[in-house]
Amino acid sequence: MIVRPYGDTRDDGVIQFSFTLPVGYSVKAPDIGKQFLEKLGFHSVAIGECTGIDPSFTFYVAYARTDVGIDPDEVKGDYLEVEVMDYYAINALIEKRLGRKLVVVGAAIESDAHTVGIDAIMNMKGFAGNYGLERYPQMDALNMGSQIPCEQLLRTALERNADAILVSQIVTQKNIHVQNLTKLIELLEAEGVRERFVLVVGGPRINNAFAKELGYDAGFGPRSTPLEVASFLAQEIARRADEA
Amino acid sequence: MTDAFHLDEALVTRARTAAESIADDIQQHIDAHTTDSTERATLRLLGVVGVNEIDVPLVNVVVEHAHPLLGGGVTAPFVDLMLQTGQGAQEVAEGVAGGALALAPVPTERRVGVEKRAAELAREGVAAIDAVRRRREELVATSGEPLRPYVYVIVATGDIHEDVLQAKAAARAGADVVAVIRTTAQSLLDYVPYGLTTEGFGGTYATQENFRLMREGLDEVGAEVGRYIRLCNYASGLCMPEIAYMGSIERLDMMLNDCMYGIIFRNINMRRTFVDQYLARLLNARAGIIINTGEDNYLTTADAFSKGYTVIASDFINEAFALRANLEKWQMGIGHAFEIDPATPDQVVYQIADAQLVRQLFPEASPKYMPPTKYMPGDIFQGHVIDAMFNFTGIFTGQDVMLLGMLTEALHTPLLQDRYASIRNAKYIFEACRHLRDEVTFKPGGIMETRANDVLAKAVDQLEEVEDMGLFEALSRGEFADVVRDPDGGRGAEGVFGRDDDYFNPFFAELREGRMSGPPTGPPPGNSVAQGKGAS
Repeated sequence: MIVRPYGDTRDDGVIQFSFTLPVGYSVKAPDIGKQFLEKLGFHSVAIGECTGIDPSFTFYVAYARTDVGIDPDEVKGDYLEVEVMDYYAINALIEKRLGRKLVVVGAAIESDAHTVGIDAIMNMKGFAGNYGLERYPQMDALNMGSQIPCEQLLRTALERNADAILVSQIVTQKNIHVQNLTKLIELLEAEGVRERFVLVVGGPRINNAFAKELGYDAGFGPRSTPLEVASFLAQEIARRADEA
Repeated sequence: MTDAFHLDEALVTRARTAAESIADDIQQHIDAHTTDSTERATLRLLGVVGVNEIDVPLVNVVVEHAHPLLGGGVTAPFVDLMLQTGQGAQEVAEGVAGGALALAPVPTERRVGVEKRAAELAREGVAAIDAVRRRREELVATSGEPLRPYVYVIVATGDIHEDVLQAKAAARAGADVVAVIRTTAQSLLDYVPYGLTTEGFGGTYATQENFRLMREGLDEVGAEVGRYIRLCNYASGLCMPEIAYMGSIERLDMMLNDCMYGIIFRNINMRRTFVDQYLARLLNARAGIIINTGEDNYLTTADAFSKGYTVIASDFINEAFALRANLEKWQMGIGHAFEIDPATPDQVVYQIADAQLVRQLFPEASPKYMPPTKYMPGDIFQGHVIDAMFNFTGIFTGQDVMLLGMLTEALHTPLLQDRYASIRNAKYIFEACRHLRDEVTFKPGGIMETRANDVLAKAVDQLEEVEDMGLFEALSRGEFADVVRDPDGGRGAEGVFGRDDDYFNPFFAELREGRMSGPPTGPPPGNSVAQGKGAS
């Protein structure tokens, strides 16, 4: 079934916009914004706000309608299917299937100086009421912090005989995160140890499909919780144990 | 506020006493050491600029050559070469870098002459800073001084030309302070990049030329809008004092300049940072720059509700170090933040309590209030409302500097229109609530006053514990932001040198004495070379 944006009536196709054009405000500024939206294929454009916010920039708030729809059933992709378990079930699964602690090493790699992501997932206190991986009795989790070179992360993972490596990338300007993430994959492959680890990446611009494309086992985007990551790790380790 | 919180004054006294003692202990370490970056900043003060043929700053090259002599400081052998060759500082630096000249210990018979000449050069170097400060005063008088709180926004494009364009747009929309976010990891570079830059990751390189370009742009737009627009950057990382020097010459007005931030959040060696922050702060003090401390960062790592007291404890420590570096109270942008989880019942009630506590504990300072970041949602509409409550808390508790939250905080570095929306939000609330603070009183013994006294009491406990164990030990136990640091670990440890008895650097005395707005108010800088308990 095709769906369209819902404003206040089914299929009215109403969308809200805010954008800035690099033109100074003039009497024709509202029409510039309106015709721009029409060029995009929208109709019934209503310019709510059209203000010069600088001599050479005009800010718009607008509403417009679209006739374009989408069939949700036709949207297919590489989504991470994780059954989110609770803290106790995760520990129990690891204990039962692995018979030892699951060893995890995590870091924000290379130039990225932001620990907020890796801390939220790994630190004892966790995030949003979820304990971090360090709290799990069945995990031996090490958060190495930020600006960790790939070589150092790998060395530590090998020393600790890690089952999983968690990588965080917050800074994405000029796609620096892609370079950093690719570097880690290339290093693991060059050393012939890629298959030894469950390799997971998280960050604001990460999704599972993108992570898979780069060669990771899973990717976690914004608002991911320690429970989701822990559930994935436990289930993936169990799955690999089944295959072995 | 006419009738603010009734705080336990005995606790306030105990907090300051403990912080003073903590800082005195570390000051013994500071007075007994120098660092690569301290000596490089000294050469910059003497007038050395530029880079060699492979883009290494000349000050780095010269200090590297001087390593065997650094216990005595680079100044005496360097000035000796100037006198022996009759050349200026730049020529001597080029000579040393090129191998034509070599730094050597100063023979006893030339020592008096060298020290006399160095003292003259120190006076000239500091006079240049004073001239820049006077120029700021003139411009503030002609362009106009904004109302408090200052509206502080960031630009972070990576390209200095785009930064200038966005900064001007922000000033026209109502910003009073523009901070240029630094490129990722510049704090870990042990040199200051040179020249104008148009590429950076998550920010723009702090270089002297970039400082100059942004200053020029802000002066232009300041004249246009009738307000002096302040410029902020980061005197932090491994080059703290050098960047402070650059800021003092290029007329920056604010600098992030925390005494412990680099240690906790950038894993810079603590022996290094404490020495570096001292000269950096002496320079900022002289230049009339407002420093910003970084306690907001604690609350992005640790929980803002239960660990709010660590902010207060650290504020007292930053104040004590600032006083020892000659900063005046108005120059202390004491840091704190609006980071309690919005899902907490009475969140804003507690935020007001915490913010009002800072205001009362540091009445003459210029507190800098930091916006919500940790719990900002991707839903920008809800984010805008949370930012509004932050703005309300700021104006209601009389903060001096408001770093505005961005509705898109969780999504990307601010777009031009994000900054505009955010400034509109703040300006509306600041004007709509301007005198509210004067019209109400807090309920004695209410939730807020109780919270404030509770946070203060916990801060005192922490400060007294830190005093007992020493700050180095406290940092190695993760007392701040739950981050654990090894006194011997971290970056830059190799750049710390014990001072010999004949260590000579006339800039310390020159910066300390004769400050422009009256005699020093802080305790005198220590001269002891004894090792304190924290410095062992």
